[in-house]
Amino acid sequence: MKNNTDSRTIAIIGGGPAGMECAAQLKTLGYKCVIIEKGDKLGGNLNNWDRLFPEGIEAQKVVKELAEKTKGSKLFLNSTIESVKHEKGKYNIVVSGKDIVEADSVIICTGFDLFPAEKKEEYGYNIYNHVITNRDLEQYFKKRVDSRIQNPSKIGFVHCVGSRDEKVCNRHCSKLCCVTAVKQAIELKEIFPKSEIICFYMDLRMFGRGYEDIYHDAQYKYGIRFIRGRVSEVSENIEMGVVVKAEDTLQSKPIKITLDLLVLMSGMMNSHTASQIAEQFDAPISNDGFFEQSSRTLSKNSVGKKGIFIAGTSTGPKTLPETLNDARGVVLEVHQYLSNL
Amino acid sequence: MKNFGFNIHKSLALDLDNIDRSLFLKLADLEPDIYKCIGCGSCTSSCTAGSFTTLSFRQIILFIERGDSNKSIEMAKKCMLCGKCTLICPRCINTRNILRTLININTTVK
Amino acid sequence: MKIEGKKLIWSEYQKDIPEDHYFYVRSCIRQNFFPASEKTFLDIVRNRLSLDFFETEHHTTCGGIAYHSDAIPQETLMTIVARQFALMTESGYSNYAASCITSFGIYNEILETWKESPEIETKVREMLWKACRREFKIPLHLSHASDIIYKLRDKIAEIGVNRLINIKTGEPLRVVEHIGCHYSKMFPSKGVGGAEYPVVLSGMVESWGGEIIDCPERRHCCGFGFRQYLIQSNRGYSLANTHKKFESMEPYKPDMIITNCPGCPYFLDRWQYVIKETQGKTYGENSQGIPVFTYEEVAGLILGYDPWDLGLQMHQTDVEPLLDKMGISYSSSDKYKLK
Repeated sequence: MKNNTDSRTIAIIGGGPAGMECAAQLKTLGYKCVIIEKGDKLGGNLNNWDRLFPEGIEAQKVVKELAEKTKGSKLFLNSTIESVKHEKGKYNIVVSGKDIVEADSVIICTGFDLFPAEKKEEYGYNIYNHVITNRDLEQYFKKRVDSRIQNPSKIGFVHCVGSRDEKVCNRHCSKLCCVTAVKQAIELKEIFPKSEIICFYMDLRMFGRGYEDIYHDAQYKYGIRFIRGRVSEVSENIEMGVVVKAEDTLQSKPIKITLDLLVLMSGMMNSHTASQIAEQFDAPISNDGFFEQSSRTLSKNSVGKKGIFIAGTSTGPKTLPETLNDARGVVLEVHQYLSNL
Repeated sequence: MKNFGFNIHKSLALDLDNIDRSLFLKLADLEPDIYKCIGCGSCTSSCTAGSFTTLSFRQIILFIERGDSNKSIEMAKKCMLCGKCTLICPRCINTRNILRTLININTTVK
Repeated sequence: MKIEGKKLIWSEYQKDIPEDHYFYVRSCIRQNFFPASEKTFLDIVRNRLSLDFFETEHHTTCGGIAYHSDAIPQETLMTIVARQFALMTESGYSNYAASCITSFGIYNEILETWKESPEIETKVREMLWKACRREFKIPLHLSHASDIIYKLRDKIAEIGVNRLINIKTGEPLRVVEHIGCHYSKMFPSKGVGGAEYPVVLSGMVESWGGEIIDCPERRHCCGFGFRQYLIQSNRGYSLANTHKKFESMEPYKPDMIITNCPGCPYFLDRWQYVIKETQGKTYGENSQGIPVFTYEEVAGLILGYDPWDLGLQMHQTDVEPLLDKMGISYSSSDKYKLK
């Protein structure tokens, strides 16, 4: 059983954190891995981020370390899956019209897309001059240039953009945005110490280790204000100020405030590539748009099809440590599956 | 001015562009704990005076933060300083001291 | 504001608007508020553009005012509307054009209700048959009359003799567009450009040479709100909303307001007088007020109609400052003359 691991090949679809961790762990068990990535480098959504909560580790450092461990795996970049055939217990995957990968097992690690903020028309992303997204802000942290950020003295964060919102067919909570908003608010406050920052939230979900500490520091050390109420309407005044309407629900009063910068916390949705992958591998997608799992508790890495496994945020929003754990979990499942063949 | 039997209704919305936060900032300088309030309401629900008067420590913090100082000071005067809210606050806010400081500032200002 | 972002949204809210062969229905109140607007509309489409727009004297109110004032139930409203559809069917038309925004909203609301609950449609068909032995087909296309002018805007610009341009400065006139709430707030997909950034009026303004002002409260309700206005003691609420809009547009120094609703132009026009009398404040250049127009009146001005034939003398806020800016000649002595 142990001896024939080196002759088995596992196709990993997606080279983000989950895909990279799968490759790294499978390699230690002696399997051959093929990573099929649509982008031009490994790292996925992590490449759009500057620093990560809770301790502020650099995203690029994480990508580099994870990528390092995948060495030895075969890597297809800028590649898409054109067709899949399931024959004699193997999956024949045609990659970008030329290469054929013959895999004994497949792990779907297609990850997530950030919710396109322009779909919340009332927030005016791409229309108003000083409305940006969480991803734009991370780019700003990296490069320190963005024409929309001009020494702002009043800054607002809108939580739950495209999350907990049936109007955009996303009922789920994206769960990372709360702590990301607080992290980003602190980082902005460090860059613009004189600025006044307000987070507009519906609920603050500080579930992870150290998150409540970040929230505490944001209030106590940085004076960041938190107003419980969902921003309902944004407009632009003649000075290009961002006029925000919300309710201060703790006071039961509508409020209005003019800001110099508004940051929209785009939530997580299944990757736009998911529907095609779902069709190719006959993997079901659930009402929330993410891939369905055989059991969300006991068989969370299975999609219910022989030899097809899944990990990472393609089965719902996860933090990076949760994603890495999920990847390690799926590797054990794949190993058991292949060992019992 | 003509009387039409009606006139422009006053908006109940709070215009945060035009609020006076000076009392909040002064109080926060002396009692930075007020930044820590998470609006849980433990203080209000356990308050001895709160069941019989309009006193709500949560609202005192909220109103000062949103620039409505008068409301807060009026509320603060109803406190009996029993200390139950300090005992119960999950964020360890020294509520009793904040109330005293608030009243002190107000008295000195006047 | 960035136009590219708006264009992206507009591309998602394009509706199919036929140009010709319509069954046209008037609004109850517009004929009193802005007496020549509907007449001008029919004159433009029939005589200037040679299109087929049919109307019948058998058309009645859609019941909207009674419905929104809580005087009649929805079943009654639906039966009245079913009768209008029957008139369309009997006249051999399948495209329905509504002059009133609230009627347009009601038609959409009813059609969507029937789509979701076909049993209600069946019941209404029965009620209509019992009431007046009529039958109807669902319109193939439901357009608001402003949709049609939007569709024809470039043709109007082509044969037009005036532009929304200040002839003294050569600069485009600065226009506030105000869309009736019932146009697309209930069903964004039924309006050209959606609900947040509708293009139905701004498209006309741009085709005719003007410049659109996007003030913060541009999407806010004019405050009419039916039952708020009908009771005197509630009128301050109505007035406050209009006041809010004027305060919001004031810094942009608008030359005019264009609207597509029966109630909005009336209230934006009349309340300026009430604000002047109760607050002592007059908006607009040289404190002359900001003239408010229906889109048909603006189309009429572009096409060179005589301002008094357009009924502009019925406005409370004088339109002359705008006519002067556009270089449109008019006779002051004929303003209130009967023809």
